[in-house]
Amino acid sequence: MKLHPLARTLVTARTWPIVIDAGVAACGLAIFFSIVSTGAYWLGKPVPVVPISHSIGALPVYAFYSIVRIFIAYLLSLCFAVSYGYTAAYNPRVEAWMIAVLDILQSIPVLSFLPPVVLAMVALVPGHQMGIEMGVILLIFTGQVWNLAFSFYSSLKSIPREMIEASRIYRYSAWQRFWQLEMPYAAIGLVWNSIVSVAGGWFALIACEMFTMGDRNFQLPGLGSYLQTATASGDMRALLAGFAMVILIVVATDQLVWRPLIAWSDKFKFEQVESADRVTSPILELLRKSSLFSSLPGRIFARIEEPIYRRMAHTQECRIVHPIDEDATRCKPSAKLWALAGAVILVITYGAVQAIFMLRSVTWPDLRLLLEGAGATFLRVNSALLISAAWTVPVGVAIGFNPRLARIVQPVAQVLASVPATAFFPILLIGLVRIGGGLGIGSIALMLLGTQWYILFNVIAGAMSIPSDLREVSSLYHFTRWQRWTRLILPGIFPYLITGMVTASGGAWNASVFAEYSHVADRTLETIGLGAQIDAATDSGRFPILLLATIFISLMVVTMNRLVWRRLYRLAETRYKLEG
Amino acid sequence: MQEAGIESVKVSANTEAIIRAEKIEKYYAQPSANRIQVISATDLSIVPGEIVALLGPSGSGKSTMLRMLTGLSRPSAGQVYWHEQPIAGAEINVSIVFQSFALFPWLTVLENVEAPLQARGVEPGARRDRSMKMLDTVGLDGFEAAYPKELSGGMKQRVGFARALVVEPEVLFMDEPFSALDVLTAENLRSELLELWANKTMPTKAVFLVTHNIEEAVLLADRIIVLGRNPGHIRTDFKVQIAHPRDRKSESFTQLVDYIYKVLTKPDVAPAEAPEQQTGPKVRDQRQMRYQMLPHARPGGMAGLLELLLDKGGRDDIYRLADDLTFEIDDLLPIVDAAQLLGFLKIEEGDAAITESGTEFANSEILRQKELFRGAALQNVLLLRQIRRALEAKSDHTVPEEFFLDMLDEQFSEEECLRQMETAVTWGRYAELFDFDAGRRRFILPDAQEEEIAANEEVQ
Repeated sequence: MKLHPLARTLVTARTWPIVIDAGVAACGLAIFFSIVSTGAYWLGKPVPVVPISHSIGALPVYAFYSIVRIFIAYLLSLCFAVSYGYTAAYNPRVEAWMIAVLDILQSIPVLSFLPPVVLAMVALVPGHQMGIEMGVILLIFTGQVWNLAFSFYSSLKSIPREMIEASRIYRYSAWQRFWQLEMPYAAIGLVWNSIVSVAGGWFALIACEMFTMGDRNFQLPGLGSYLQTATASGDMRALLAGFAMVILIVVATDQLVWRPLIAWSDKFKFEQVESADRVTSPILELLRKSSLFSSLPGRIFARIEEPIYRRMAHTQECRIVHPIDEDATRCKPSAKLWALAGAVILVITYGAVQAIFMLRSVTWPDLRLLLEGAGATFLRVNSALLISAAWTVPVGVAIGFNPRLARIVQPVAQVLASVPATAFFPILLIGLVRIGGGLGIGSIALMLLGTQWYILFNVIAGAMSIPSDLREVSSLYHFTRWQRWTRLILPGIFPYLITGMVTASGGAWNASVFAEYSHVADRTLETIGLGAQIDAATDSGRFPILLLATIFISLMVVTMNRLVWRRLYRLAETRYKLEG
Repeated sequence: MQEAGIESVKVSANTEAIIRAEKIEKYYAQPSANRIQVISATDLSIVPGEIVALLGPSGSGKSTMLRMLTGLSRPSAGQVYWHEQPIAGAEINVSIVFQSFALFPWLTVLENVEAPLQARGVEPGARRDRSMKMLDTVGLDGFEAAYPKELSGGMKQRVGFARALVVEPEVLFMDEPFSALDVLTAENLRSELLELWANKTMPTKAVFLVTHNIEEAVLLADRIIVLGRNPGHIRTDFKVQIAHPRDRKSESFTQLVDYIYKVLTKPDVAPAEAPEQQTGPKVRDQRQMRYQMLPHARPGGMAGLLELLLDKGGRDDIYRLADDLTFEIDDLLPIVDAAQLLGFLKIEEGDAAITESGTEFANSEILRQKELFRGAALQNVLLLRQIRRALEAKSDHTVPEEFFLDMLDEQFSEEECLRQMETAVTWGRYAELFDFDAGRRRFILPDAQEEEIAANEEVQ
């Protein structure tokens, strides 16, 4: 029996294939046009402050610019994450270092990098708008990339041994191994982390499209600038329209991108038997029915791929079987490597010394203020966490124990978690100004907005994972309410709660930079806190303070991670794991 | 005594060997001067026209041996030759059929089989024809568009065979290929494999099978190699000359199975060759080490075995016992070893015979059993004795696990240390020798006994 390679898709019953094909082609044309127009804008003369129109008609254009930024930043992140993870996983000599760097970088709040990054990029690409754009994109990139890299790395590390052995004994080239083993194995982790990453990207984007540094103003056309100028001028109508746009984009991304991707990535699940419940996506079904979409990528890929396979097959590298245990010992340190390491150490030392010199200009009163701020922000972040946990645990458990409710609420909570808290903030601020409240409480409210959803949907997932026989036992033996919570529910959701809290804590620290300092309708609102000092230092261009404040935040986050979260995590993994 | 068709072979340096291993060893360096020897210097060769079965208890390094012979793992010392060329630089042509199938779940059956050909740069058309033909051969015609997870275990392993055979390997390696399958499916696949081999339908010159199933080895192999453990070494290597198809019930078959059982259950009979000592780090012979290797068995399992043995009149063939319990011998042996270590039974001529203390143990109720177990454990197991002594000696009656791990790691690999400790904890808890706080990783003296000891101290 001879089967066409695409026999399965060709025989599928189709409805209006022409219409769908035309639609797909139209999308292609639209993408072409947008690339051309973005290119024209980017290569134009640099305009640091692009005037923002508040008309609702201009909103789609701004949304488009913002989406392009997010998209480019995401693509960069993905490429970087894959190469970083790959390098770390296959080079035992640098592995420990690379992972430590990743761990620290992912806990540093990105927003405090903003000014130096933009200045550097403007200097690198003079004469084009692209310089400023690249600065902002780079910043979004730093907010997105770490968890992707981490996910890819840990996927590579957890590939089952026999799969690796199979790829070695059948003499796969690195190329084939990448596309047929490593990428597919990492796909599911990458998709889920992409969702988190893009949400983080929106958070950063809205905060950083518009900012002031010393005497220089930057304002790029985009949703973030739109929201910020609307807040500054108190234009309620424009603000609500902008906010609606953000929600629309988040929901559309969820439906048009993430759900199809999740449904598609289901085939990469490493399972021996097919599981019953899976995510479905009508969009994916539609795309699969389009003959253009289902055959074209495959054909193009085969065209590119075949010559590569043929060439790789004849290299010396692919004719022999490579021992697995050799990886660790293979690369003997060469002189070149030592020279490279030496150069890197020199550069790092130079940078560190320069930075320390810069810190000399910080005075004692400054330092005291910073320490006070650090304390205040620390308290604020943790109270936001406590408040979130306090309401999400009972609510989440109630929802999780009711499967029908959970099926409705969980996707909603996930979408809500993707709505950038920075977009909520202007509305909150205007409300605060109206009732005359200060930012001290307001910033906690902002952190709550950003963080509670993560905890909520993790708690729901945790409550759903408690086996029903355990719940039956607790009602069979007439557990008191107290016993039910301490013996069953809290231990059951503990790992999930911790996962949610870790993510939330990172989000809250990041939010602090944005939450403690703000311009509303020509007034500057601020409260004591590290975040406020970072912002104030940015406004006035005081780099030493900026640097020190960033160091403080990073130190606090890293110490908290090491001393508290990691321990709780270990506890969750060893003692409170429900094993099936 | 074995007229059944055993003829001891001295494996000469056969010039026509496809793969020849010369004094290969595997050991892991330890931070201290010692090293953990997994396999001691071993010669082995695979010649065309035979099915070789490698048998051995778990921990004898069967899989490690297979990986060294295929070039997947580099021997710590010695050399493997592929047609008299060092294997690391040779273009070798072998396949492995894995226990876990190791199929790519995101590729269809056809794509899975095509993948090795793709790696060798075969054109798409030829690739597809060869793969379809191979799928036809293993009986998977019509399943090419299915994904592995849609198939049953037996069908998955058929895909595994198709993928292995499609590259026309000179040697087909199999790493316990049937042990993840149910009995009937495994039997079916085995006979089909034999058929392919006998009819020369598969282009393979030799087959190398790793298994722990003695019957499987006797059923399939032309030559059987039995490995011993601590460290892995060849106990015996002989040809099987029973004609195919082999009948499990025939006398020559059962005699051979019995013979192999005797070899396996008597690890103390003189090993074939003494490992050659090398210059370099000192190698400690694990058979002379302080700590016994604790078999990973549960006290409950031992009690069950002893009770069964008592029902059978106190003595029975281990092979028959495994059969009665429908246990794989590999699962039963640790329990037998453990009971032997504690002095509850003795091994005589491939039979397990219950001892006096074993009889008492089997006849007692649970509290008395624990008491007997405690006595036997303290008397026979050094590690448990040490833990108990340390707990009694320390004023707070608690000792961290790490303390003992440090002592064990002189002797065992890191992984084995943890397994040893796990078994020690299971036994100690059962015998109420100590409690173990898994959160703090500390041993503690049970409360009641702590008070007792405190009282004694006061009296003194």
